[in-house]
Amino acid sequence: MKTAVIVFPGSNCDRDAQVALRQASGQDPAMVWHKDGTIPDGTDLVMVPGGFSYGDYLRCGAMAANSPVIAQLHAHAERGGYILGVCNGFQILCETGLLPGALMRNTSLDFVCRPQQLKIESTNSAFTSAYGSTSEISIPIAHHDGNYVADDTTLDTLEGEGRVAFRYVGNPNGSARDIAGVISENGRVLGMMPHPERAIGGHEGGTDGTAMFESLMAAA
Amino acid sequence: MTDTSAIIAAMQAEQTETDASGHGINAEEWDRLVTRLNRKPNLVELGIYSVMWSEHCSYKSSRRHLSKFPTKNKHVIQGPGENAGVIDIGDGQAAIFKMESHNHPSYIEPYQGAATGVGGILRDVFTMGARPIALVNALRFGDPSHPKTRSLVAGVVAGIGGYGNCVGVPTVAGETEFHSGYNGNILVNAMAVGLADQDKIFYARGATPGNPIFYVGSKTGRDGIHGATMASAEFSEGDEDNRPTVQVGDPFTEKLLIEACLELMATDAIQAIQDMGAAGLTSSSVEMADSGGENGEGIGVEMDLDKVPQRETGMSAYEIMLSESQERMLMVLYPDKIDVAKKVFEKYDLDAEVIGMTTDTGHMVLKQFGETVCDIPVAPLAEDAPNYDRPWVEPKKRAPLDMTTIPEPEDYGEVLLKLMSCPDMASKRWIWEQYDRHVMGDTVDSSQSQGNAAIVRIHGTNKALAITSDCTPRYVAADPYEGGKQAVAEAYRNLSAVGAKPIAITDNLNFGNPEKPETMGYIVKAIEGMAEACRELDFPVVSGNVSLYNETDGIAIPPTPVVGGVGLIEDLDKVATLKGAQAGDVLVLIGETKGHLGASLYAREILGLDGEDAGPPPPVDLDYQKARAIDASSLFDRPELNAMHDVSDGGLLAAATEMALAAGIGVELFSTKGTVLSDVHSMMVTKKPAELTKALFSEDQGCYLAAVTPTAEILQFMSAATSRGYENSYQIFGVFGGEGILVEGALNLPLSRLREAHEGWLPNYMSSVDA
Repeated sequence: MKTAVIVFPGSNCDRDAQVALRQASGQDPAMVWHKDGTIPDGTDLVMVPGGFSYGDYLRCGAMAANSPVIAQLHAHAERGGYILGVCNGFQILCETGLLPGALMRNTSLDFVCRPQQLKIESTNSAFTSAYGSTSEISIPIAHHDGNYVADDTTLDTLEGEGRVAFRYVGNPNGSARDIAGVISENGRVLGMMPHPERAIGGHEGGTDGTAMFESLMAAA
Repeated sequence: MTDTSAIIAAMQAEQTETDASGHGINAEEWDRLVTRLNRKPNLVELGIYSVMWSEHCSYKSSRRHLSKFPTKNKHVIQGPGENAGVIDIGDGQAAIFKMESHNHPSYIEPYQGAATGVGGILRDVFTMGARPIALVNALRFGDPSHPKTRSLVAGVVAGIGGYGNCVGVPTVAGETEFHSGYNGNILVNAMAVGLADQDKIFYARGATPGNPIFYVGSKTGRDGIHGATMASAEFSEGDEDNRPTVQVGDPFTEKLLIEACLELMATDAIQAIQDMGAAGLTSSSVEMADSGGENGEGIGVEMDLDKVPQRETGMSAYEIMLSESQERMLMVLYPDKIDVAKKVFEKYDLDAEVIGMTTDTGHMVLKQFGETVCDIPVAPLAEDAPNYDRPWVEPKKRAPLDMTTIPEPEDYGEVLLKLMSCPDMASKRWIWEQYDRHVMGDTVDSSQSQGNAAIVRIHGTNKALAITSDCTPRYVAADPYEGGKQAVAEAYRNLSAVGAKPIAITDNLNFGNPEKPETMGYIVKAIEGMAEACRELDFPVVSGNVSLYNETDGIAIPPTPVVGGVGLIEDLDKVATLKGAQAGDVLVLIGETKGHLGASLYAREILGLDGEDAGPPPPVDLDYQKARAIDASSLFDRPELNAMHDVSDGGLLAAATEMALAAGIGVELFSTKGTVLSDVHSMMVTKKPAELTKALFSEDQGCYLAAVTPTAEILQFMSAATSRGYENSYQIFGVFGGEGILVEGALNLPLSRLREAHEGWLPNYMSSVDA
């Protein structure tokens, strides 16, 4: 599987994404600097990593959503390519319109970093198939703006179409209907606040993120 | 239009002794300055002298005492004197680290003060070519009931998180304490640890004449002017008005600066590099010039200040040189590499300008609007800075705490609850959950609470660094020499307790006004105690920072020499943390308690003794520390070891309780219920003593607790251990199981109640409002 990671100024989980993709695919992902705007031909999966693109000085993800590389990301999505946006990556995907909804400030108003229990809502997606019969996993979160909001119609649609990928067990940020991650209409784009790339073994984050990368490798 | 002639006239105006006094330069220093210069300085020159000779930059009160620290062992590549210390961690790699205070600004403007403290210490580390991999902070606030404390905690924590989280370096360890002694001066000490290849380490020294001086990063503004001078004086009522001298942090730019600098460092473009920290462009250029030359003989610099990127219009040379605007670096490049460097910084949209050249004159020459506004020899600025032998008096020894008249408590459960929920012992989860502890994907164990050292993997390897910060101010206040030893010994113990080999420390010496002989006595004795421990434990000081004048309206902070320790873990498969005890494990005590309750947490929180009456701190026998560390280390090769914890504040019972809470399993002391032991092994079991308080709460130094699966092999190993000249290498102190903390006939407390008290204090405090 051919993968790429987009790097914005202020991205800080780009290396973590690189490590996770290398571990899963056995190949180094292309690291795409946002200004260059070129996602290599034949890329199957693009990861939009976490961090503080442009310092989050405007609305989180708003500036990155207007970066030169975004046109390429749209083209990749239109081709039916896979996209995984994590944390700031999720915020960027919402800002680009590739996913519905928006991420607001946590209701506690504080940044929150902790292991988070998640309920897997959609076990047959390209992102979750390898979880099999596992229904709950622990993935670390670390964000200040993870409070997912969308209008009721959108939320109903997401739920009705099985596009809620994960729900929080114990809502850490006030997200509507405990939503932790959502999938695009074509099932190929996932945005989520928790960090699966921080749960691939050998450290405090545990190993529950590994199956997501395995699912993706099997999907492409 | 800027009236350049008026600015030049003001810059070039000859200054008087009265002007100098307004800059914090005393009469003696003024005489020295005028003698060296052979004339009176102008305004720019006086400003430069005042910051370079400030306590903050010159260490004029502490320098002669700091020289007592050992600074070398076989791992040390670079000791004090550069931006940060450097140690060899094998495989051609180096760990680079330093701790620094941002106390004064954090009290005045807690969010920005703390944030820029983090930014500054990160720059010290990546300036040397290291990618920062961990942040640590040691915080001390006033009494929780003091009206400012809550907002200071909120602001400082938000500032640390706001900066560290954005820049993408995990905050992995720290300590937070409260005491009325910090009501007027909080302490915010930040430590950064970075990782570099040994053949890619960059220094401030070594610049040679004829090379371009390159300015990169943020533009220069009027913020932070005279910050170093502020940090070198006492506070008094109304000093909040100093807010404009606190800098504003921009972690986004810092992140870009890290990436850009590391990218440029991968080429051969940089001859010397220095970040612009305290005293900004002044200290960075002076330090590079002073340590320049092939043999460190010193060089000159000539800079055109019109070329300095400026955020505001009409800035004078004085303001440009003294600004402490953040996120700026100064480099000396090789002449043919200017284009290479500019290209890298363009990629990251950062300002980058050649602002001058290095020269062979030994002078610092500054020009603005085509006029010379400063021309002074560099050497006296740094080398001839004042070096005082401040008078000091030996701190008074305290009489021992006499426990014979103090009855045993009626309810040990209440005592334990009170200890575990007192502000210093209570869980700091509310704080560390606001820090990103996992970014970079190498955090094996973040140890934010009262735990041992944090463990951060060396990227791409099975090795790790262990990192800790420690100080027990109530011990230092009781006896600075023993307290100084203890701070070093505790760092050593915390590293040993996770299976690391302790290598070196950085320190942050926080004290009051050194011009007072009593305070100076504490400074001198604490340094001597620390130096003794560093020497005996082969645990040298490789970098550090001194913060004096932490004093408001004549009241000094408790003496607080904080130690940041770094150790190496060769094999991540052989680590343990305080988590991990299993039901059925025996609780093993390494070392022994002799019942020392002087200056203990028990004395302060339960007996209400804080001060003279609390008695002296536990003595620190350094040979004993070493022996017990070996006893602890030798368990790390054994598969039976499930958890390890050092014994410190609150004694054995508090340490055992922390292990039980972390594992979610109870523990019964003085019991081996459910385990079958042979006669020989039964001899290792500690019997419940008559003086239970001493056994449970004393803070004798050098002890560890371990949770061990009681196999015949490990019991045999422990009972046969030759005790390195000391009795009882290993004792069996209890057994894990059940759902509470149990001492038959004395204590039976469910973990749930303890957890509620331990976890509840800080969030409850932070969410309540003053009546």
